[in-house]
Parts: sequence; structure tokens; C-alpha cells
Amino acid sequence: MEPRIFAGPPAAGGPESLADHAARLGLVPRGSAAEATIPVIEASGLLGRGGAGFPVGRKWRSVAGQAGGAPAVLVNGAEGEPLSSKDRTLMRLRPHLVLDGALLAADAVGADRIAIYVGSAHRDARDSIERALVERRDIRLPVQLFAAPATYVAGEESAAVHFVNAADARPTVTPPRPYERGIDGRPTLVQNVESLANAALIARFGDAWYRGVGRSSTPGSALVTVSGSDRDGVREIEIGTPIGELAEVAGAGRDPRDRQAVLLGGYFGGWVSAERGWGLPLDPVELRDAGSAFGAGVVAFLGHDRCGVRATARIMDYMAGQSAAQCGPCVFGLRAIADATAGLANGTAARDDLARIERWSQQLAGRGACRHPDGAVGQLLSSLRVFGSEWEIHQRRRTCSREGFRSFAVPVVREKVA
Amino acid sequence: MLTAQPTSRAAAAELVVDRIACDGFGMCAELLPELINLDDWGYPIVRSGGVPDELMDHARRAVAVCPVLALRLRRSVRP
Repeated sequence: MEPRIFAGPPAAGGPESLADHAARLGLVPRGSAAEATIPVIEASGLLGRGGAGFPVGRKWRSVAGQAGGAPAVLVNGAEGEPLSSKDRTLMRLRPHLVLDGALLAADAVGADRIAIYVGSAHRDARDSIERALVERRDIRLPVQLFAAPATYVAGEESAAVHFVNAADARPTVTPPRPYERGIDGRPTLVQNVESLANAALIARFGDAWYRGVGRSSTPGSALVTVSGSDRDGVREIEIGTPIGELAEVAGAGRDPRDRQAVLLGGYFGGWVSAERGWGLPLDPVELRDAGSAFGAGVVAFLGHDRCGVRATARIMDYMAGQSAAQCGPCVFGLRAIADATAGLANGTAARDDLARIERWSQQLAGRGACRHPDGAVGQLLSSLRVFGSEWEIHQRRRTCSREGFRSFAVPVVREKVA
Repeated sequence: MLTAQPTSRAAAAELVVDRIACDGFGMCAELLPELINLDDWGYPIVRSGGVPDELMDHARRAVAVCPVLALRLRRSVRP
């Protein structure tokens, strides 16, 4: 497939200038022409790329149709997921495509203000967006840049709105959801940067063009962040590409036997065994049905020299530490699960720890203001299924079948287009 | 939006916990053990399926005694 989001100059050239961007793509529809794109976005079948996969066109229509004053648009580039770097890469290389999407969305829903929320740790992305804003001459509404705190939950949509309103990036109780009451109490469209970039292309080329690629029920292309391969980095793939095919291209083996498992969707996602996963299409619907998740496009391969139990323990410890510390079940439940999981991982488990984490995990979903506990235990439950015998070994023998207890090195994913 | 009257035995209301406000006092579970259990740290686990009519009085009392007003009754939203 020819790249779409990453069409244009090679990544090594750095951010695309406004002149190059405009020469390549022309202008994005604005004003009433932007309003007219809502049905086109709906017809395209574009799903949100921040993790939840909500239909983008439907979201725009809800915000456009809300009472409660002129809406706001919140451009979400927080990207707190440790295994993802596609959003910062996109913002760095194609800042004008992201801004096109933001301006299009603002005009489409009738917004009079745009907040751009970029992870504070993603300095290159922020610089690129800042320079792009200076270059543009077609911005006729206030656009403000916000540095998202480097926490996992900062990108959750109610947390993002909370930060813009009150400099506090913790989730709030919903309802009301941001599309009903968000920035300054007004209806707010919170949209991931990749979703906006896709919308900016669909507005130019149409919904049929968007659906012209895709190998499964969900149309289009998507950015993924691959790790645990020989050529880690961000890639644009056709949605529905089988995991095994991506593995071969990225250098994670030609055969499922070359890897043990793969974590899809990131720390909120789910594990599948390599044996099962190799034939699975990278598609939000199909992965959900397989007990995993497309999420924000994370594909992290786990080699045979790594231990799935230890990998999971490390993720759970991180997720417990990233609780916004507002809701009891998340504060106490996630920490208890993380501690018991750590004991199992390092050979100091108490007798019933495995049964305990299973019971606790099943109790936690749906019991926080946000989905942080749900995401974390979803990943854990998938690990219990995929690495079941390894968990048993850790519980019964307090040891690990992998030589030397090698841990899952959480890969530092470079901002690199592979 | 309520699109229809609750049919036959569908519950007309459900208990909703404000998870940020809840401090795990546990009085709700004492008054309404039929619908609310506590987890290992004292935070409520509400049984799904809404509040049956015969428990509505107890549910209202549980809502009223919560010291931090974290529990409320919401009309069921179902077709």
C-alpha cells in the first residue's frame, strides 16, 4: 500500500513545510465546506485512533448538534502510552496535516477555539507544531498549545479537558462527557491527532478514497508502533494486515515460532500467543473479538527469551503507579494486584497469590471514574490466558521456565519511521 | 432518553457510585447487602441489573446515609 498519512517527503527530511504541504495537498475545506464534510467523514467509516476506536464522524455530529454555546476542539497528542510513539512522530513530520484536521474539525462543528494538547516529554513534536502554527496564515480563531503531563491518564479525554480548564490532568466523573460539557463548560470535541490527520485527507479525497484500502471489515490505513522486532519504529499499515505479515516486514520473524507472544494495543491492550496472533488481522473489531485490542496501534513482540509473567508484572507495577489516585478500587486494587504479580514474577509469591489476582482482576472493571483499572486488568487477564502455564510455574515452583528470569525490557521506542 | 416504560420485571432505577467521592465507609453495603458487596478494601461492588421494586426503600436509605453523598439512584436507561 502506498503511504497516505506519511505520503510526501521522506522522514529523514524532518517536518514538512507549509509550502510543501500546500503544494502537495492543496487547501483543506473550511467554513461551510467543512460543515459539509461531516457526512463524508461518517461515510468513510473512520474510527478514532486514540485507543477507544469511536466513529469520528458520529462524534463530530454529536458535538455540532449540542446546545450549550460554541464548541471547542481539543487536539489530543498527549500519547502517554509507553509503547506508542506514532502520535509524536506524526506531529513532528506532518504538523500541517494535523493542523488541517484541527481547523477542519473546528469549522465543521462550529468551534470558536482550539486547544492543542501535546505530551510535555515530546519536545520535537511540540516544536514542530509550534513552528507550523507560526507559518500558517489561515487561522482565524484562538489556538492555544498545552503541555500534557507525562502520565498515563493525562490523555484520557476528561483528564485532557480538566487540564485545559484547571491545570489538573486527572479524569473527572462522567457524565457529563466532554462532548456535552468540556472546555469552559462548552461542548468539546476531543480528537486524537491521527484521527484528525485522516479527516483532513478524507475531506480532500472523499470517503470512497478512504475506503479504497483496508483488508478487513474496518477500512483505511493506520499508524502502528512496532517493538520487539529488528526494525522497531512507526509504520503505516493497511488495516486488516495480518500480524504475521507485519512481523515479517519489521523483522520479528517469518514464522510464529520465532516469537512467543505479542502485546497489542499497549498497556491497555491484550496479549495473544504468536501461534494464534500471526494470522489475526490488525483490525479493531477482529482484535476485540479475539480478546485483545487495536487500541492506539501498539504491536509489541515478545521473544522466547522473555518471560510473559515478568513482562506483565512490570506493566502492572507501572499502571498501579500511574493511577490518578482518586478512586479507591483503582488505588488499592491495582496496587495489590501489582504487588502480588511482582511476587509471582520474582519468586516470592504467597500461596494463593495467583487465585487472588484472578479474583481481584474480575472485580475491578467498571469501578473507576475512568477506564484506567479496566485497561490494566484487561491486559492482565489476557496474560493469564496466554501465559497460563507460566503463571502456574511461577505460583507452584516459585521459579521461571525462562532461563535467568529475563525480564521484558520495555523497549524505548524511538521516534522513527521504520 | 427514556424511550419506553420499563417492561415486565426490568428495574426502573439503578445505583450509581461516584468513584472519586466514595471513601469506602461501607454503610451502603450494611443497609443493602442484597445489592452491594464490599471488596477487600471496603469499596462497594454494586450488583448489576438495577434495583428491584421491593428493595427501593432500602436503596433510598442507603443513598441517604452515605456520608460523602457518593451513592445515588438513577432512572434506568433502557429500551
